[in-house]
Amino acid sequence: MIYLILFYEFFKIGLFAIGGGLVTVPFLFDLAEHYPWFTTKDLADMIAISESTPGPLGVNMATYAGFNAAGIGGAVIATFGLVSPSVIIIMLISKLLNKFRNNVWVDSVLSGIRPAVIALILFAGWEVAKLAVVDWKTLILFLLFWTAIHFYKKSPIFYIVISAVIGIVFKI
Amino acid sequence: MQQLFLLFISFFKIGLFTFGGGYAMLPLLQDELVRRRKWTTDEELLDYYSIGQCTPGVIAVNVSTFIGYKQKGVIGGCVSTLGMIMPSLLIIVLIAAILAKYMHNQYLAYAFAGIRVAVTALIADTLLGLWKKGIKDKWAIFIFLVSVVLLLWFNLSAIWIVILASLAGVGIYKLARRKGDSL
Repeated sequence: MIYLILFYEFFKIGLFAIGGGLVTVPFLFDLAEHYPWFTTKDLADMIAISESTPGPLGVNMATYAGFNAAGIGGAVIATFGLVSPSVIIIMLISKLLNKFRNNVWVDSVLSGIRPAVIALILFAGWEVAKLAVVDWKTLILFLLFWTAIHFYKKSPIFYIVISAVIGIVFKI
Repeated sequence: MQQLFLLFISFFKIGLFTFGGGYAMLPLLQDELVRRRKWTTDEELLDYYSIGQCTPGVIAVNVSTFIGYKQKGVIGGCVSTLGMIMPSLLIIVLIAAILAKYMHNQYLAYAFAGIRVAVTALIADTLLGLWKKGIKDKWAIFIFLVSVVLLLWFNLSAIWIVILASLAGVGIYKLARRKGDSL
């Protein structure tokens, strides 16, 4: 029974949380108030851990909340609940998009949105930068990384692993 | 079958090395999906991001469903999404069950401080590349600048930016073209 409720609640979050992982947070606060699964205090820990572990934030939050509510089964059910609306909706849109990609209206809309999305990515990068580049040491490291990334097109995974090692060695 | 396996592995890898939100994932998506596998293009990725931005759900999941569906239909979409969420499921369950008390470890904090710097540099370089692909005329520069202003000074949410930009797109590209203006 708890699985059914978990699926239903996270399906709802997946359906109404539009635009990025942190948007799920207010919904989770709501859950904390209505169910005995986790407290609002647990949520702060959950956010910190979700942000510092791999994977999309929203998915991490759902897994964590589901696990607290009903163990491993709960983690799986909550995560599936969260992603189900996306999967269904995106497949429908994808089908339409393939059909209308060469339509002038669709093409105009997409041409208008692309520059705006670049602005959104710039904004997101700026938000990350404010947390990451905090002193001379991190600024120099940032410039070194950028130069390396720009001139040696290695996989991003390579740079992420190296940066973790540098972080530990130089106690950033 | 082999294609489905490749989809799963690719998105598993991306899920495993994405720290933070969907935007931090963009450099990884570009490297794996555009350069390595050639399943999509930079322009298409941008389109998926904008649609993922104003449709429900986690952006990372939306993008993986898009790519998987394009490659292998409904099953492809499901397999890609499964690959994307699998690392989260494994790691978070492990942490929640055993490791929660070690998460405040000082060395882990150093490692993540380092990773954040690399992610910033990766996003910066991705932006340079996208600028060449997405900004093709003076109107695009105009939309970009207005979006930046609305984001920074008016704190407008992403959904509104996307809605306004699509209206601007119709206004500028569709209607102007009809008048026969050359852009």
